[in-house]
Amino acid sequence: MTFIAKPKVRHPSLPTNALGLTRRDYEGALSTLCAGCGHDSITAAIVEASWGLSLEPQNMVKLSGIGCSSKTTAYFVSGGHGFNSVHGRMPSIAMGANAANRNLTFLGVSGDGDTLSIGLGQFCHAIRRNLNMLYIIENNGVYGLTKGQFSASADLGTRAKKGEINVQPPIDPVLLAITLGATFVARSFSGDKQQLVPLVQAGLKHAGFALIDVLSPCVTFNDHEGSTKSYAYTREHYEPAVHADFVPLEREITAAYGPGETLPVVMHDGSRILLRKLDAAYDPTSRTTAAAQIQERMKHGEYLTGLLYVDADPHKSAFHVVNGTPDAALNSIPYEALSPGSKGLEKVLARYR
Amino acid sequence: MEPTDTANPDYYHRVVDCQWACPAHTDVPEYIRLIAQGRFTDAYMVNRHSNVFPGILGRVCDRPCEPACRRGRIEQKPVAICRLKRVAADHRDDIAGRLPKIPKVKNGKRIACVGAGCASLTVANDLMPLGYQVTIFEQYGEPGGLMRTNIPAFRLPAAVLNEEIGMITGMGVDLRLNSPVASMRELLARGEFDAVFVGSGAPRGKELKLPGREAGAANIHIGIAWLESVAFGHVDRVGKRVLIIGVGNTAMDCCRTSLRLGAESVKVMARKPRGFFKASVWELEDAEEENVEIVVNRSPKAFVIENGRLTGMRFDRLEYEVDAAGRITAERIVGEEFLPADDVILAIGQENAFPWVERDLGIQFDRWDVPLIDKTTFQSTLPQVFFGGDAAFGPKNIIWAVEHGHQAAISIHRYCQGEPVSERPPPGINLQSRKMGMHEWSYANDYTPVERRLMPHVSLKERFKKLNIEVELGFTAEQVEQEVQRCLNCDVQTVFSAKLCIECDACLDICPVDCLTITHNGAEDELRGRLKAPAKNLAQPLYVSAALPQTGRVMVKDEDLCVHCGLCAERCPTAAWDMQKSELHWPLAADEAGTLAARKPKIA
Repeated sequence: MTFIAKPKVRHPSLPTNALGLTRRDYEGALSTLCAGCGHDSITAAIVEASWGLSLEPQNMVKLSGIGCSSKTTAYFVSGGHGFNSVHGRMPSIAMGANAANRNLTFLGVSGDGDTLSIGLGQFCHAIRRNLNMLYIIENNGVYGLTKGQFSASADLGTRAKKGEINVQPPIDPVLLAITLGATFVARSFSGDKQQLVPLVQAGLKHAGFALIDVLSPCVTFNDHEGSTKSYAYTREHYEPAVHADFVPLEREITAAYGPGETLPVVMHDGSRILLRKLDAAYDPTSRTTAAAQIQERMKHGEYLTGLLYVDADPHKSAFHVVNGTPDAALNSIPYEALSPGSKGLEKVLARYR
Repeated sequence: MEPTDTANPDYYHRVVDCQWACPAHTDVPEYIRLIAQGRFTDAYMVNRHSNVFPGILGRVCDRPCEPACRRGRIEQKPVAICRLKRVAADHRDDIAGRLPKIPKVKNGKRIACVGAGCASLTVANDLMPLGYQVTIFEQYGEPGGLMRTNIPAFRLPAAVLNEEIGMITGMGVDLRLNSPVASMRELLARGEFDAVFVGSGAPRGKELKLPGREAGAANIHIGIAWLESVAFGHVDRVGKRVLIIGVGNTAMDCCRTSLRLGAESVKVMARKPRGFFKASVWELEDAEEENVEIVVNRSPKAFVIENGRLTGMRFDRLEYEVDAAGRITAERIVGEEFLPADDVILAIGQENAFPWVERDLGIQFDRWDVPLIDKTTFQSTLPQVFFGGDAAFGPKNIIWAVEHGHQAAISIHRYCQGEPVSERPPPGINLQSRKMGMHEWSYANDYTPVERRLMPHVSLKERFKKLNIEVELGFTAEQVEQEVQRCLNCDVQTVFSAKLCIECDACLDICPVDCLTITHNGAEDELRGRLKAPAKNLAQPLYVSAALPQTGRVMVKDEDLCVHCGLCAERCPTAAWDMQKSELHWPLAADEAGTLAARKPKIA
């Protein structure tokens, strides 16, 4: 970490977005993570993506649980609303906030411990409800905040800093999410912003639950020889399968893509994701073949990355649609309209008497 | 692009914009840090090493460093480098004990310098400590050259001038005042001197041959000659209405001097529009603060004489067409105008003149009657004669004259030792880490968002009472404290070691001015376009690393706007980035003497 704050001085020709804000306006507090932590790169990707989408900071909700990853919500969009919840309970808070005001942009940041160990149940149910949020897992395979014990995402055979070998099989959040019916499932790497930034943008604009599992090396406890989540190992073993370019509604598609190579996915608000297949055999629109292909490659120690599965129409299963809530945010509806009143309550209760 | 060769001393030198722009390569960031620590004497000595006259230059330097200053690209206004130099000079202690020791036993070589201006004085300053016997011939009764005769005392007090010249003449220089050299032939024929240095300046003001020039001669003055007469007390008044022709720095000195000699209305007549003036911005500001009117687009046509006396001047009124790039594409006359005047002062340039150098001595002159001088060695075509300052290549400024003096001193030394003058000692650069410990750097790396401090002036009421009231008061302690923090410490370099990089992006993310990018290599013009912030300032170099170990991409740094905050090094988990202070070694005659002495066999 550093004690030296990033000075406010900026490049004089820094571009502004539709709101007249520069990328610097989407930054947050001074990071207290280790120097070189992958999480800080993900923070930078979120800053870049939020700026690029011209999101209004005051309409952003940043949620997290406990862990190194969960500290990062303080490091971006200081103008947004933040909630740092109990360990593994971030999805519940996200659920409640989303139920009350569906018009905000929800971004949850969690880690492999917070999501796959203590918070696994909450994670699964957020997927099941197709809660409209972007859920980023900053996945480094270790408990960095407690000095580097293996987490539930540690690969079989990976070595800890002191030499122990992991013998417990990992839980893969990507396969889990595909199995549970998630409508947007991606994997990326903190060291590849060209892939990560458009993924974050697409995830934020996806009208349902979007998961991005980001391999994010722990520079202090998991960046050594023998680790399967170090910078060097990840670079050698990650295989971009599908590149997703996010195209906002207002922008024309100008790049010429050959047919068969690209697949436009039209989002709920009319913006598009352009899927560019880097692996011709891979199909990101079929849940079953995607899962099979990911598993097949995993056997050879390769992580497929990119937008691995996307449902072009997540809307039908979205939480608010399924539950028939009104279009207006619940918190904008007057109390009198929301509350049945004591007489109404009597009536409801009477049905159960 | 090929990986940047940072072993070449020029690379890191160039990053220190002020030092690169300074003809004498003064170590500006170092002396500003010393001022910040209250070490004024040390700061003065750092200055004196390179520029010899810190007190003088701290007031009247042409400041090539300031337009170059990186701070000026970050937030428009550069660091007030010149003003800070004056701070060091004003607040230093006595430095007599820190001047070089002059050997009692001389080396037997005698050098003659013509003119006691800044170039000759620098030659003496560099050669006296090596055991040379230097004689300076000066036509006037006081040394200083144009510094004394052409810069008015309200900008440069005589006391400052005398003290800094005294440091050099006090080394035992044989200073012969009131001794103009009338003939180079005679000087050479005396056989007294092993080498001659000509530092006689550019003493001839340009003439304006228009109708009425001769008839009005009594009230038409050549600027530099007039300033000289004022400096020596021969002229102490001027008419009520004065016109200054020309808008360079001499014109600024003439108009402000006129105001102090009784003029009530002073107009500076410029041929071209604003933006094309030769005067430094700050000199224009200072003149306009004194209510001098600058009249643009007027071309002198004739002096108007009535009854044998100058009554004014006629001008053509001009109009210009300027293209998108700001260049003048056409001019035309749109009318005529008469302006009344009691005196007219011509300040339209000056040139060097050598009526005293015979043309058959072997010193070749070109077709403009300017001597042929080697640009590096300052040697003329007669091997024992060297030129420097304005005498060499026409009018420049004090700081260029000082550097000419330094280089000529090296040449004279090599010449007198029988070494070829064309072989020059190479510059070098030393790098030393500024890391003290965890999160500790031995320099103030915080960016301080404070604006340039303004120089306080003597009030408009007070300053005209006497000719020699120094207008600029110097920075207050509070101003110094703030201004020093504006320096970005560009000499604390970001030094990158590609083999240590794990490409975690930490430095890219934390850089406040987006000057770092990791990307695949390419040709420079194409690479400049796809950096995190496009590198549009082509005057500033790109740093390109060797291929990075994990992906083979390269680290690219656009040096243009780096604020040297050190956050890249602070954030780097593998210390691939380090902040290292560069110290330029720009050889002077003393270094050259050390090298030559070490090479000579020692005889027991």
